[in-house]
Amino acid sequence: MGNEAIARGAWEAGIGVAVAYPGTPSTEIVESLGRYPSGDLRAEWAANEKTAFDIATGASFAGRRALCAMKHVGLNVASDSLMSLTYLGVNAGLVVAVADDPGMHSSQNEQDTRIFARFACVPVLEPADAQEALDYTRIAFEISEEFATPVILRSTTRLSHTRSPVHLGSRIRPRERRFPENPLRTVTLPAHARANRPEVLAREAKIGAWFDESALTRIEPGDPELGVITVGLAYTYVREVLPAASILKLAASWPLPKKAIAAFARSVGRLIVVEELEPLIEEQLRVMGFEVEGKVFFPRAGELSPEILRRGFEKAGVLEPAARRAGLSAESIPRPPLLCAGCPHMSSYMALRAVNARVCGDIGCYTLAAIEPLAAIDTCVSMGASIGNAVGLALAGTEKRPIVATIGDSTFLHSGLPPLIDAVYMGADITVLILDNQITAMTGGQHHAGTGRSLRGEPRPRVDFAALCRSLGVRWVRTVDSYDMGTLYQTVREAAEYKGVSVIVANRPCVLDPVRIRGVPLEVDAETCVACQMCMNLGCPAISWDEAMYDGHHKVKIDAALCIGCTLCAQICPSNCIRAPASSDVEPVGAA
Amino acid sequence: MRVQEPNRAAVETRDHARVTSVLMVGVGGQGILMVSKVLATLCQNAGMEVKQSEVHGMAKRGGAVFSHIRFGPEVHSPLIPEGEADVLLALEWAEGLRWLHYLRPGEGVFISDVRRIVPPFACRNRGRGVTPEYARATPAEIIGRLGTGYALDATGIARGLGNERTANTVLLGVLSTALAFPEEAWIEVISRVVPAETLEINRAAFLAGRAWVAEATVPEEEASPVTADPLLARITHRLEITRAWCKGCDICVKFCPERCLVLDEEQIALLAEPEACTGCRLCEWLCPDFAIRLHKEVPAPGASTSPETTSGTAGCDR
Repeated sequence: MGNEAIARGAWEAGIGVAVAYPGTPSTEIVESLGRYPSGDLRAEWAANEKTAFDIATGASFAGRRALCAMKHVGLNVASDSLMSLTYLGVNAGLVVAVADDPGMHSSQNEQDTRIFARFACVPVLEPADAQEALDYTRIAFEISEEFATPVILRSTTRLSHTRSPVHLGSRIRPRERRFPENPLRTVTLPAHARANRPEVLAREAKIGAWFDESALTRIEPGDPELGVITVGLAYTYVREVLPAASILKLAASWPLPKKAIAAFARSVGRLIVVEELEPLIEEQLRVMGFEVEGKVFFPRAGELSPEILRRGFEKAGVLEPAARRAGLSAESIPRPPLLCAGCPHMSSYMALRAVNARVCGDIGCYTLAAIEPLAAIDTCVSMGASIGNAVGLALAGTEKRPIVATIGDSTFLHSGLPPLIDAVYMGADITVLILDNQITAMTGGQHHAGTGRSLRGEPRPRVDFAALCRSLGVRWVRTVDSYDMGTLYQTVREAAEYKGVSVIVANRPCVLDPVRIRGVPLEVDAETCVACQMCMNLGCPAISWDEAMYDGHHKVKIDAALCIGCTLCAQICPSNCIRAPASSDVEPVGAA
Repeated sequence: MRVQEPNRAAVETRDHARVTSVLMVGVGGQGILMVSKVLATLCQNAGMEVKQSEVHGMAKRGGAVFSHIRFGPEVHSPLIPEGEADVLLALEWAEGLRWLHYLRPGEGVFISDVRRIVPPFACRNRGRGVTPEYARATPAEIIGRLGTGYALDATGIARGLGNERTANTVLLGVLSTALAFPEEAWIEVISRVVPAETLEINRAAFLAGRAWVAEATVPEEEASPVTADPLLARITHRLEITRAWCKGCDICVKFCPERCLVLDEEQIALLAEPEACTGCRLCEWLCPDFAIRLHKEVPAPGASTSPETTSGTAGCDR
């Protein structure tokens, strides 16, 4: 997998510290570094991307090569430090592996990290396959040390999650370095920054020249009429669609190898740039005075693919419009992702519905509660935004319904603390529901400071959410079991009535991670089911319609292969028809 | 900058050394990753370049899952271009239909389990007598439109062998007849990928899939999993709220699945959107004060002017 190749490259480059906050599609980078010997490196989950970046920076200051990894929106969080560190430069190599998500397979936007690289005047390497991912990661550390700059290694969903064979190398021992003892390199002051700024610009030019010389910048001569400049995964699509074109394959979108580009441009008749998302290279080429085409044929939005390129080149008159044979197609059904059977988030959102709350949601599995049938989330903006949004709703004074912010355990530690401090400080009348499923679930189950385990699974100190909130000045704090619906409803009701900041910690482990929970599947007694489908309000994937009907409506059935016996549906069934099988003498998981 | 030697011969052979593309699709949790791994390993063992691309995140959450596998002497794009999949392997019927346009028209091989996984989303309409929304195309229809197509009850075959979860291995058996790898090579890779204790059943499942192809038939059209009397849709209903008994507890308002009830200015339950009410009776069941009753109105045969009204209490109309 591309991410595993990045991890391998970092290990081979001799890194000592790897830190990340999980985020699809970047998660597996540091996760797989956790499988290398602990004597070689520290691999850790940080509270958020900025702390990850800062920790990696500290390690670089101290003379150890370091990597931090994040998804594209994670770089927004870490960017404060990146924009300053670029002036200071680095001591030991520092690589920021950022995975973009063109097409938004699992993200809220598709911002192009390369724009950040230009903004920060740092190089951004873009591998095209797993082998390059490994090689470029190693090279990124060399560039980082040679030019004393942080280096961004940009992946995309497609690269991160594509498996292809790689040739492995061995781990090197980087040159030993000590703390620089030079405040110009480690302390940002206006005076230092003013001195460093011209150096940053000179560095950028030097790196561009380095890419001119480097064998990584590769011309593949072909048809002299058409020259294609491309980078990253788009290169593989160009090779697929235009096997005969002349290609200039760049290793980095920033800074550009100007001489190489000029030489290539002179050698071909027509110049077309193919790059995913923003026209970064194309615009720069235009600034350099070349006549170039690109985004006029290829979309700025979404992920590229061979057929999108083919259509683009047809539009450009490069390819003959293919006589497409009548394609096959058939009507299918929508199949959106769902909360898991037994997910403790289901009951939390049912309870919020019971108090008719205005709900500010956050980023995590529970964002799925925004869609039917729970349809219980009114806002969702970015990581940690729920509490701040709720405070704003309260300050505006227009909302008549109880205002509730829902936030997962991991997201709360990521960026929920500062807005909770604001809520207390500003005396906002809101309820914060911390959905503590004791894991970072959305990204596949990573530990964090609230789980009591490290990335490698060792025991660690554990954040006590209730005590933490009290220490910030929250007077009303309760912890409830998400599977105990009666108590949960009652607690939510009381919290909504409390004037001021109230916090409920709804606590139940995720059904998938770190341990897959299996209990005795429940059964529906078809005799007493009155087809009210109250249980289906939970949105549990194990519950669906039965063929049998009552009064013209479908009775329900429970898929025994999916049901984990959480009992939530049994607790809300008005006719009490959902039970453990008669033969079972085992207590269901959620039995109170 | 490195300038590669122009290699015209290579350019010319590119077209001949065609890449084989297999698209595997299904629902999260069905084991797409396992079957992908088997094929990718097989290709790698045969000395070919192979790229396998998937999207994580939705896999565990019951969403649509896909995996692109491309192999040959030299593979560039990890993505299969639309209309260029040589094989489409579907672990679920509607998923096979969803990706049908990726299949190479006329030449591509379609292999699908006829198993239907009906998502809860398809059971949203609570109206009387509705059926779940599921893809309508039948195996006979689809196979008839294809050059080579196999629709089989792989889940049923796997169940017969003793483990429903080996349906994906049954499908691998079918796939093995469409690709040029020897039977032993498949079995060798499968035995390295599956857990040791399931080795025998997976081997049996694989062979059952291969054997099925020899006598491949299109399964009889499965009856729609849920049938309903169309007459039911003609029944109408009316909600009666006894204002004197309602104490404004709000339970019916909060739990109405269609959110069509409100409390009026006197804090009494009111059906604000009668057209949205599906007559599911949840409010009737939940009302602690028996203040809500649902009356069914069944059109009399041949006449719709004087509906016969039945009581809404539970015992009377069962």
